[in-house]
Amino acid sequence: MDFGNILVNAFGELISPTTAAYALAALGLAVHFGYSGLLNFGQAGFMAVGAYGYAISTLSFNAPLPVAVLVALLASVVFAIVLGIPTLRLRADYLAIVTIAAAEIIRYIVTTNGLTDITGSANGLAAFEGGFFDLNPFPPGTYNIGPLGMNERDFWIRIVGWTVVVLACLVVWLLMRSPWGRVLKGIREDENAVRSLGKNVYAYKMQALVIGGVLGSLAGIIFTLPRGAVQPANYATELTFFLYTCLLLGGMATVLGPVIGAMIFWVVLSLTQGLLYGAIEVGAITFLSNSQAGQLRYILVGVALMLLMVFRPQGVLGNKKELAFA
Amino acid sequence: MITLSTPARIRRSLLLVLGFLTIVLLGAPAAQASPALPQAQTASSVQASEFDNRIGGVLRGADGPIADVTVTATGDGFEGEATSGPNGAWSIGVPEQGTYEVAIDEDTLPEGITLAEGQENPRQVTFANTSSATTLFLFGEGIVTQQTPFLETLAERALAGFSFGLLLALSAVGLSLIFGTTGLTNFAHGEMVTLGAVLAFAFAGAGLPIAAAVVLAVLGGGLLGYVQDAGLWKPLRRRGTGLVPMMIVSIGLALALRYIIQFFFGGATQQLPGSQSEIIDLGSVSISRNNLISLIVSLVIILAVAFLLLRTRIGKATRAVADNPALAAASGIDVDRVIRIVWVVGGMLAALGGILWAYYRPGVSYNMGQQILLLIFAGVTLGGLGTVFGALVGSIIVGLFVEISTIWLEADLKYVGALLIMILVLLFRPQGILGRRERIG
Repeated sequence: MDFGNILVNAFGELISPTTAAYALAALGLAVHFGYSGLLNFGQAGFMAVGAYGYAISTLSFNAPLPVAVLVALLASVVFAIVLGIPTLRLRADYLAIVTIAAAEIIRYIVTTNGLTDITGSANGLAAFEGGFFDLNPFPPGTYNIGPLGMNERDFWIRIVGWTVVVLACLVVWLLMRSPWGRVLKGIREDENAVRSLGKNVYAYKMQALVIGGVLGSLAGIIFTLPRGAVQPANYATELTFFLYTCLLLGGMATVLGPVIGAMIFWVVLSLTQGLLYGAIEVGAITFLSNSQAGQLRYILVGVALMLLMVFRPQGVLGNKKELAFA
Repeated sequence: MITLSTPARIRRSLLLVLGFLTIVLLGAPAAQASPALPQAQTASSVQASEFDNRIGGVLRGADGPIADVTVTATGDGFEGEATSGPNGAWSIGVPEQGTYEVAIDEDTLPEGITLAEGQENPRQVTFANTSSATTLFLFGEGIVTQQTPFLETLAERALAGFSFGLLLALSAVGLSLIFGTTGLTNFAHGEMVTLGAVLAFAFAGAGLPIAAAVVLAVLGGGLLGYVQDAGLWKPLRRRGTGLVPMMIVSIGLALALRYIIQFFFGGATQQLPGSQSEIIDLGSVSISRNNLISLIVSLVIILAVAFLLLRTRIGKATRAVADNPALAAASGIDVDRVIRIVWVVGGMLAALGGILWAYYRPGVSYNMGQQILLLIFAGVTLGGLGTVFGALVGSIIVGLFVEISTIWLEADLKYVGALLIMILVLLFRPQGILGRRERIG
């Protein structure tokens, strides 16, 4: 078992573009759930809208990169509004069911064979990332981050991904300390009190839904770029649940919580994978196959989500007084 | 409900649950040897063992499995070949999770069997982040497309939809009862559905007749309901945990259970005994025998549940708790006991629903419950959260809608219609069809 290698892999997860995408999507959930109390279980749908919006406008309409990103973001705004109109007046559990259903509707639609020409159905779409990598200012070569070496493409996507995460954190931080953010937290604490002060609660919730959704759609783009492919199977309901695990790990009503939560989530997954596979390889564990070891890790994710919710709902960084529920 | 308990108590019961999980996990090697393992392993050629990733499938005609057919996979400079085994299973090991061209050698097909119309051969198969990819070739002998009169098609779809709706209702009634008495939206209900089918498969694989396997699986579902309530939900209720945190805990439980099931059962889809059944003609409409049995079984069980709820003391107590737990407790009803019974009955109903769902799809897989969970939710929400008869009506509407919509919609979009209807109903009548008008926003 090569502990050095396992640690390097774990470090790689710390800064990987997937972690950046999870952090961004979880930050969107923090805006929804942590700050506004909206129980959005459809963040995977927002990510799918972003990824497919980008891929389809690039492939079907030959849109240049900025236009494609704009289309993806606009699509998620529209999705948020369509979703918000019927549901934002409803109780939290209804909102949860409707958002999870809407995300699944998106996934069924991009999977259907009738739209294969546009969405590629179950196989998804590929080869749309060229425009992004053409912008790469770094010459070909090997770049090192800490102990980790990578080529210029991997370096570029990491730089862009984490820059977006930092900017998004900054924006959310500024928003939440503004008067607008205070009203939002007020809605979370007591909707009726805020309404009696003459605020349009519905409009505030809708704005929060749109902002979190846009973050989710950006995350979808960053998630899909390094893979160079977008596949509907990646946007199932499990993705949303993993994002909730990240959010609760870090702290749901914090700006940095989702980022740290996503980092912990992926580092722990990588470490357990490395250790389990290593132990299987050297024969220390004989009762598990490799694929069972993989499933064991996700069993742990589920158990961790339960334990977190029960014993430390405020997460690593959060403040127990700032929970979206009493 | 009084919340007097100490955190230590809760910690103890959670540890109990964790301990249970650990025992279940460590029991893995013993269970591995049992019949639950996929048949594909026995039938795979030498090829398959060289690599971790594999493409596979089962070749099945109208008369059963098709053996000795050559299948090839090419891609990335790799070429692999396999021959289907006596049970029709084939599997080709491939070096990487990429896209491969899979072709079936039509010359090796037995006489009288040809690929069904519209079956691509060769075809592209792509791995979706798992170590196995499945592709199914469908066979048919000179399938002739017939134009059936519209009304007949409609009646046939409606009958199938009624059958599907009733099997949905089995799970939905349990979910609705649990919601009504505890306020919990249980996302782990889908895994209770899966467990029923998986247990039935395991018991049937152990050599029990299918009827006994079904009864044991339903009892197992009830046991899961009991263990869940005793080990997890009751301590959380005593602690005064809010509804939203409980919902998120149920999501964690759903993830854990789903992967525990996959841990033992594997990722493959298996069939229960008798999964292929003949078509029975009832006058001008025809229905498969399994669907008809499923319809009758669920109808009987639902009528029995309705009788229990309306006519017996415990049923009345359940409705009282659903209506107002505090008032029920004040009038001498043991609320915790009622909730425990509701969990056990809900688990049994979900398990039975899962077995019928396995026949309806057909197939048993670790994520089958997850696929049906949203339809159960749709049925429950349509009827009105927490109302038992609403769940029944809502599920039947969802079932009818899913099946009838296939006349116009592509089959892979049939669930979309049901989910859309649910969203539309919430827009205009948020309390659902039978729900009481109360403040829900």
